[in-house]
Amino acid sequence: MTPLDEAGGAVSGEELIAEVLSAYPDKFAKRRNKHLTIARTAEGEETPGCGVKSNVKSIPGVMTIRGCAYAGSKGVVWGPIKDMVHISHGPVGCGHYSWSQRRNYFNGTTGINSFVTMQVTSDFQERDIVFGGDKKLGIMIDEIETLFPLNKGVTVQSECPIGLIGDDIEGVAKKKAKEIGKTIVPVRCEGFRGVSQSLGHHIANDTIRDYVLKDNANAEGGTDYDVNVIGDYNIGGDAWASRRLLEEMGLRVVSVWSGDCTLSEMEHAPKAKLNLIHCYRSMNYICRHMEETFGVPWMEFNFFGPTQIAKSLRAIAAKFDETIQQKAEEVIAKYQPMVDAVLAKYKPRLEGKKVMLYVGGLRPRHVATAYDDLGMDIIGTGYEFAHGDDYKRTSPYVKEGTLIYDDVTGYELEQFIEKLRPDLVGSGIKEKYATQKMGVPFRQMHSWDYSGPYHGYDGFAVFARDMDMAVNSPVWSLAKAPWKAAS
Amino acid sequence: MSELRQIAFYGKGGIGKSTTSQNTLAALVELGQKIMIVGCDPKADSTRLILNTKLQDTVLHLAAEAGSVEDLELEDVVKTGYKDIQCVEAGGPEPGVGCAGRGVITAINFLEENGAYDDMDYISYDVLGDVVCGGFAMPIRENKAQEIYIVMSGEMMALYAANNIAKGILKYAHSGGVRLGGLICNERRTDKELELSEALAARLGTKLIHFVPRDNVVQHAELRRQTVIQYDPDCQQANEYRELARKIHENSGKGVIPTPISMEELEEMLMEFGILKTEEQQLAELEAKEKATA
Repeated sequence: MTPLDEAGGAVSGEELIAEVLSAYPDKFAKRRNKHLTIARTAEGEETPGCGVKSNVKSIPGVMTIRGCAYAGSKGVVWGPIKDMVHISHGPVGCGHYSWSQRRNYFNGTTGINSFVTMQVTSDFQERDIVFGGDKKLGIMIDEIETLFPLNKGVTVQSECPIGLIGDDIEGVAKKKAKEIGKTIVPVRCEGFRGVSQSLGHHIANDTIRDYVLKDNANAEGGTDYDVNVIGDYNIGGDAWASRRLLEEMGLRVVSVWSGDCTLSEMEHAPKAKLNLIHCYRSMNYICRHMEETFGVPWMEFNFFGPTQIAKSLRAIAAKFDETIQQKAEEVIAKYQPMVDAVLAKYKPRLEGKKVMLYVGGLRPRHVATAYDDLGMDIIGTGYEFAHGDDYKRTSPYVKEGTLIYDDVTGYELEQFIEKLRPDLVGSGIKEKYATQKMGVPFRQMHSWDYSGPYHGYDGFAVFARDMDMAVNSPVWSLAKAPWKAAS
Repeated sequence: MSELRQIAFYGKGGIGKSTTSQNTLAALVELGQKIMIVGCDPKADSTRLILNTKLQDTVLHLAAEAGSVEDLELEDVVKTGYKDIQCVEAGGPEPGVGCAGRGVITAINFLEENGAYDDMDYISYDVLGDVVCGGFAMPIRENKAQEIYIVMSGEMMALYAANNIAKGILKYAHSGGVRLGGLICNERRTDKELELSEALAARLGTKLIHFVPRDNVVQHAELRRQTVIQYDPDCQQANEYRELARKIHENSGKGVIPTPISMEELEEMLMEFGILKTEEQQLAELEAKEKATA
């Protein structure tokens, strides 16, 4: 029996998909059908296949949960670089509504040497559209120099109008970089480009390649134990929890991209002997570039849940000498009592609970084993903006019969939750309250719901506590519809 | 006072839209009409002959200096020219930056909201070369110009541009009330120019409103920043413009929804007139040439 078949009762997963799609017009149902599947193991395969169509345009009117290219660049990749000032270039809304949304923790003094939680925008007015905003941008960069002399550079995060009116932000960046002698990065991440935030990640990676790793990159020196952590944005302190483990096993973390990161750390990244990539979707591009240009190999790892942490620590250690391998084992052994205590406390409370996930480009697979460790079953999972290679990488993480949904629509997700009635849904802020109103416990899996970290052993303890808090909250027993009680 | 009439002049760049429109409007004043010209070209040269100088204070430049368009007063931007013709230039960015189309939209909205059109008989929009984006289509949208006059000549590209503008009018004809008033041929002395212009007008479902002959007096007047009407009111060319003005005035409400043609049809039409040769004709000519030299 498959997890879904257990949860759904009489209907199979395939029947469930067909039923949900039946509400759509035929043409639309046919298109959406390609994005939904049930993970089934084909003959000769070891893990269930979950290939669906992905990374294509969302259909207007379906309330997609996706973001835009600007969100991918400013919000995800560039935003956490703490000692650079990131200009939201264009009208005020994009910058304002994305202000401090990602909970990227950092050390430093805001306004002095760290600017992560500041909202800096060129606040375009009608005249800037008509006459162009290049002069304004130049003045702004000068003002930033005056206001924040300890900034290490500036990035220009383009909003839609910049691309529409054809401003020459590259020209301004070049001129100003020469004048003030700092790194100025023009990023063409206009929101209308691409089908989701995924293109914004790619564009941001390309600008790191062209403006940070080009002339300023420093590949010389370093030790044999230097690594970079790539694609960890330090949500609620994730990167700190990850870094601790790597350092305890004897490695030197040159830089973390891009949580709590500085420009200088990025420039020194090519020194590393190995790039450790956590969020593959948003930063694989720069890893491939560093491999080709600086000969730095890369590997993926997963610090969600003790099983994957131990597996990853051993896989990373295997790339180094016996001292490191020995220390990795010591690290795993050191934290084992803590893991045992967490499992002893929470596993009995969570075992057998059913979970549905719908997150961005990595976590729908990466956190699955953390739930496994707690004895919880993932019955459905899907990505907002994954590509084909992400769904390939998902196979080893899912069980036979898991429901897979790509760029799920508001209607579909609601239907799936309603019909499967999981014990927990993990997704974002837009899904949170609708789900809770259906009487289903919910945790935000983008921002960790004001909590965190969830990475590493420290994070697992927090993760287990938070899931228990959501699933076993006494509030759910009080949520009875009065009309149901009456009947 | 009669109901406000809004017209617009469109046409290929350099065809003589501004010259034709200003001369015509100068003549229209003689019919007792109160006129406002709204220049919708970033170059701001649509009112030069009426004001006898190039207008410096455009709506958008003043707005940029003041902060925003809300900070402007109507008196700042409306200038009085020849025989009380009111002149406004939208203005816009220097070439290669910003969005001139958005500027046109901003400027026209400002004029309407501030009652610039009150007490006027005629509003005339003079729009730059091609309808390259939504901004330059602003005057042909709903509740703006009722009739569009396309200035053209017998040149291939002018005909092509006229047909394209007709397509733009067609697009908005059903949602708004815009109509094609007619074609105005500004003579270039190309082959069979009058016939060709009339043929295109027929294809577009409209008429050639007037054929303005070429006359150097226009150039002489223009060098003195004047219309022909002002510079030499008794010359034959001044009467041509008076004739055109009268025809436009009497054309009120007679605009049509145009029937633009395809590029192929346009080329066929040129072939019919023997202006564009078919491949067979070209081959025959070549053969004849070879024979002659042999």
